[in-house]
Amino acid sequence: MFYSISKQGINFLASFFVLTLFTFALANFFPEKLAFLYANQIDQSLMANHGTNYDLVEPNLFNSYLFYLQQLFDGNLGISSVRGTSVFSEFFTYFPATLELSIVALLFAIFLGVPLGILAARHKNQWQDKSVVSSTLIGYSMPIFWWAMLLVLFFSLWLGVSPVASRIGFEYDISPVTGFMLVDTLLSDQPYSLEAFKSALHHIVLPSVVLGTVPLAIITRSTRSSMISILNEDYIISAKARGLSPVTVLWKHALRNAALPLLTIIGLQVSTLITGSLITESIFAWPGAGKWLLEAVYRRDFPVIHGAILAIASFVILTHFILDLLMTYLDPKLRRKK
Amino acid sequence: MNLLHIENLSIDLKTRSEPLSIVDRFSIRMGEGEALGIVGESGSGKSMLAMAIMGILSPKMTMKADYLSLDGEDLMKMEENDRQHYISSKASIIFQDPKSSLNPCFSIGSQLDETLSTHGIHTRSERKEKILSLLDSVGIYQPEKIISLFPHQLSGGMNQRVAIAIALACKPRLLIADEPTTALDVSIQSQILDLILELNKRDNVGIMLITHDFALLSENTDKIGVIYSGHMMEHAATKNILEDARHPYTRSLLNSVPQLGKRHTKGSRLYALDGQIPAIDKLPVGCRLGPRCPKAEKQCVNPPILHSIANHGKVRCHLADLKEQSSSKKNNHSVSGG
Repeated sequence: MFYSISKQGINFLASFFVLTLFTFALANFFPEKLAFLYANQIDQSLMANHGTNYDLVEPNLFNSYLFYLQQLFDGNLGISSVRGTSVFSEFFTYFPATLELSIVALLFAIFLGVPLGILAARHKNQWQDKSVVSSTLIGYSMPIFWWAMLLVLFFSLWLGVSPVASRIGFEYDISPVTGFMLVDTLLSDQPYSLEAFKSALHHIVLPSVVLGTVPLAIITRSTRSSMISILNEDYIISAKARGLSPVTVLWKHALRNAALPLLTIIGLQVSTLITGSLITESIFAWPGAGKWLLEAVYRRDFPVIHGAILAIASFVILTHFILDLLMTYLDPKLRRKK
Repeated sequence: MNLLHIENLSIDLKTRSEPLSIVDRFSIRMGEGEALGIVGESGSGKSMLAMAIMGILSPKMTMKADYLSLDGEDLMKMEENDRQHYISSKASIIFQDPKSSLNPCFSIGSQLDETLSTHGIHTRSERKEKILSLLDSVGIYQPEKIISLFPHQLSGGMNQRVAIAIALACKPRLLIADEPTTALDVSIQSQILDLILELNKRDNVGIMLITHDFALLSENTDKIGVIYSGHMMEHAATKNILEDARHPYTRSLLNSVPQLGKRHTKGSRLYALDGQIPAIDKLPVGCRLGPRCPKAEKQCVNPPILHSIANHGKVRCHLADLKEQSSSKKNNHSVSGG
């Protein structure tokens, strides 16, 4: 167990360093002069502030990379050129909103996709299966912005049952504690905290459905295909022959085996969610990291672009690391030593 | 009382047009503690027969029978859920590939534990004791060490022993072994076979040994049933079959058993029946063996019925009643060696 954790940990650190090399190169080798300027500006101002003897450090690429790393670990991602605030603290203001949306979207995709996939697998080639497969194809191939517009048009403008934008109704004043609106409303000691929670829940439904559609299609399909092959395995047939209830056979014996390939697929969806959040957040005016990054691109706010890329990519690597650990726990073949 | 009594069991495969017959009006009786061998080539429907008895046919198959009783209860009259539980408490099945018949995600101990708790042992300590004694009874040395291991950590022979232990956990009256030794090394084969036969002698468990290897059956079974293309061709005591097989198909199977020693001279060819087993959608008219039968005559275009022959057993052949002593003497070889 320890062996595999340390192996995964080394993998994680290695990918993180490759990532820093990439973002460092982005700042240093980008033809855009601005990027270069900002990246160095931080260094020099900081050096002056800390009273470092500049002459002792030769300004070559290697030294400036080391300095870059040092700044990263100090939590310094630079200053936004538009707003003049610390990129690091801005990231932590916006990112929880994205995280909340992505988690809800992923939960929506998993809790709908897995049962749908199992349903399709159990009724292979029957109408249930065919309707699931064809609707996942539609869900997968539909452009996410168009799908969002359709839903807004239908649920918000026509039926009027769902809000169009933002995270919570403007009448509620919730002070951020965790950054997750659903949690903050419940933690808040305002008299209207429960109504605020309902409002936040109401606001997150449509964006998370939009964001979760593509992962939903992929999770449904991969659950279906792995379930179909697993349901034909001898161990499932022999579990039935042993008199175990169909529920146990399906949800314990079959799903546990299907969970392994599924977890890899879900891990890959994290990056889909982050990319999708750029669009979804813009459509629903969701104040998250995706919208923040997109606005930074419009404004050519290079420190923010640079910081956001690094932070979001690190987050994706981190989730993969955690999923790998989970895999090690779930798959007995990956457990080397007890 | 018969342990197993089947009258006119038919298994059909559902298709878009008309259902295809896999097993056609199959009848057999098996006594308490009898060791029955079922032999036939691949695709003859012998595994389907086992699945039908266990009630684990795939949903694509349908079965119907006039009478199908296991240990005195008519299975066809039971409710679906009761039936599965009843069957699993009276009969167990072990499969060809021991590795795939155990769930790779659960430890040996937990798979045994689960089976025991389904079959009425509710206290943990009692189950633990029973697990150890079961593993001990299938000849596993130091069962405590095996409990926490996973199927991939054990050898094929060990896995088959565990599979047998799980099969025994329900205290079956009938053990169906579907080619239990095909996937194992020769040296392990005889150990596993000895184990199965020991259960037969010690606990008076009825054994249905499904195989295509006549040599395996010759010394170990009381009766042999020969299946071809979903029809029972010959059903008689092992001694009668080996000494005086009446059906041309049985004789050709016996002749195609390779032997060490005098019969196998260098350069000689092993006997084999011409052609191959008919596809289930292209069954021949009359006797199903007809087109391949070395002794076919005009009357063989009429379907023969399974009829009793004095001092022998049941045979499905028009020519079985004729005295064929000369030819049967010529083709008859005593099969020895397990």
